[in-house]
Amino acid sequence: MNPWDLIMNNAPALAIAIPLLGAFVTPLINRAGRKAMLVWVIAVLAFTEFIALLLVYQVNTYGIQVYVFGANPHTLTVPPDSGGIPVRIIFTIDGMSAFTALISATLGLVVGIYSVGSEKFQTAQEKFFALLLLLVVGMMGMALTGDIFNFFVFLEINSLAAAALVSYHLNKGKAVEAAFKYAVVSSIGALMILFAIAILYGEYDALNMAMIAQRMYQTGFSTYDMIAMTLILVTLAMKCGAVPMHYWVPDGYGEAPGGTSAILVVASQASLYGLFRMSFTVFGLSANTSSLGWFMIILGLLSMFIGVTMAFLQHDIKRLMAYHAVSQTGYMLLGVGVGLATLGTAAFNQYGLYAMEGGIFHIINHALYKGLLFLTAGAIIYRVGTSDLNKMGGLAHSMKFTAVFFLIGAFAIAGIPPFNGFASKLMIYESVYQLNPFLAIVAAIVSMLTLASFLKVFHSAFLGPKIYDVKEVPKSMLFAMSILAFFIILFGIFPNIAIHYLVAPAAHALANPLGYITKVLGGGA
Amino acid sequence: MNPLVPTITTPSGVWNPLVWLMVFLLSLIIALIIYMRGEKTRKKGMQAGVFFSGDRPPEGMDAHIAAHNIGWGFMEALRPYYRAMRKMHTGIINDYVGWFLGILAVMLIIFLFWGGA
Repeated sequence: MNPWDLIMNNAPALAIAIPLLGAFVTPLINRAGRKAMLVWVIAVLAFTEFIALLLVYQVNTYGIQVYVFGANPHTLTVPPDSGGIPVRIIFTIDGMSAFTALISATLGLVVGIYSVGSEKFQTAQEKFFALLLLLVVGMMGMALTGDIFNFFVFLEINSLAAAALVSYHLNKGKAVEAAFKYAVVSSIGALMILFAIAILYGEYDALNMAMIAQRMYQTGFSTYDMIAMTLILVTLAMKCGAVPMHYWVPDGYGEAPGGTSAILVVASQASLYGLFRMSFTVFGLSANTSSLGWFMIILGLLSMFIGVTMAFLQHDIKRLMAYHAVSQTGYMLLGVGVGLATLGTAAFNQYGLYAMEGGIFHIINHALYKGLLFLTAGAIIYRVGTSDLNKMGGLAHSMKFTAVFFLIGAFAIAGIPPFNGFASKLMIYESVYQLNPFLAIVAAIVSMLTLASFLKVFHSAFLGPKIYDVKEVPKSMLFAMSILAFFIILFGIFPNIAIHYLVAPAAHALANPLGYITKVLGGGA
Repeated sequence: MNPLVPTITTPSGVWNPLVWLMVFLLSLIIALIIYMRGEKTRKKGMQAGVFFSGDRPPEGMDAHIAAHNIGWGFMEALRPYYRAMRKMHTGIINDYVGWFLGILAVMLIIFLFWGGA
């Protein structure tokens, strides 16, 4: 088999194996020097990005992909002697999985490039980059796996790597405290998910998501299922930072290094992916999707409004942006929640699917512009040494590129045309309005408050008399920011590129749990 | 759907960013033409100066408004709301876990008694 076929056939496994191997080899390569280590890390992240693109291509061209570890052929999901149960670990990649994997790999690569410059003067850089790669493993694994226990394992890798990265700068113990809080809430959440998995395994003798979904549908939705579903969904809502379980977000994002905050946004989105995957694929056929949809809508409304109003109060640039991350998560929950609430009704085809597409489009847009905003915040802190907006001012005199990148990110998050945030928000407003106009009104008001909040940041940090005599940040940091700025503008002016290749396949995959189940349990021949 | 066509069709209308950009650029050009037809003999260097009630600010005075002063009116108007919000955001880990477990319990009750299946 030639190398290209090898890569094509094993892309799902390589998406995990490459960054995992990369993480453990990084400290060894660091012995040969910092430059060698950095080249290695960027090469691993670039290859992971390539694999993620390949997965998107495979899913868009050939449909849902399955990869069975240890099977020959690797598509043999149900071996003849297994009693009809998919016994091995199976990666199942549909449009939503590939979409999440691509965002994870892209932000991983961008943050890797950014951190070459931003962490230049820090000690133990090999540990930082090893943890960054492990975080990418966790996110990719959560997105690709079709096994519920495997999902738990990758969630743990995600949480532990993220907590360690949050504490990387120490910051007189504040960062360590934030990491401790993040680790505690994540561990308790993980315990809840483990408990739910035990319930489902006890009931259905299976850990495969498709198998659980099918058996749940055949036997009816029991009280145990209800308990397991609540444990999983509430925990994943907490992990993605939904109000009123968002308290760890400003602490974690606020104290993490700039680049790490950007990748933490995507780490939280991996939990959001989990929330959507469980709601639609595992419980969607059996549970009351209307109740689940309204659960998401209410969490979305609370997150949008409380997130943005709390952001307005902040004068720490990172905490302010963290509250905005909570607020923006609300839009995603709202859009996809409306889709879930209308699933199986005529309204789904009228506006529910469109709301889902808007919510899913907002996921990638948020990863891009909030990633960019956190990188600009990191650039400011890198130069002026403080995150307190009260002590800043006049930075546009000397950090012109950073100022422009900040403006692009700020306009995008505030939903100013023609940036990408406008396109996804428009899709959300015009579809959720049809379920209830109040939802669209709250979303529009939150968008205005977001603009006001970011004008405050721009005025405080960049305008006014020159206070700091500083230089622009290193080129690697500017390059990383320019990548995200480019995609913000591209997806703003040509939204159909993202919608056609990424968003619509993801929305259709979520809305079609039967296709997912059939692909896995059909034998995979 | 052609991915390179920028028009997106929503349930209530359409959005084309290129049309918006063209209108925006046209507006800028019109604004520039009006600006260029303005008074040529104006004094230069005064327009961007900082004035307090028509006077120049005293020497050494900080002309920059700090972040905590921006949006003061908004936060003052919503003082009861912000008081409640500050009480919720304690920064104590016990409270974080408490909220999580509390929401978990509430959702269990809601799903068990008012739907979920």
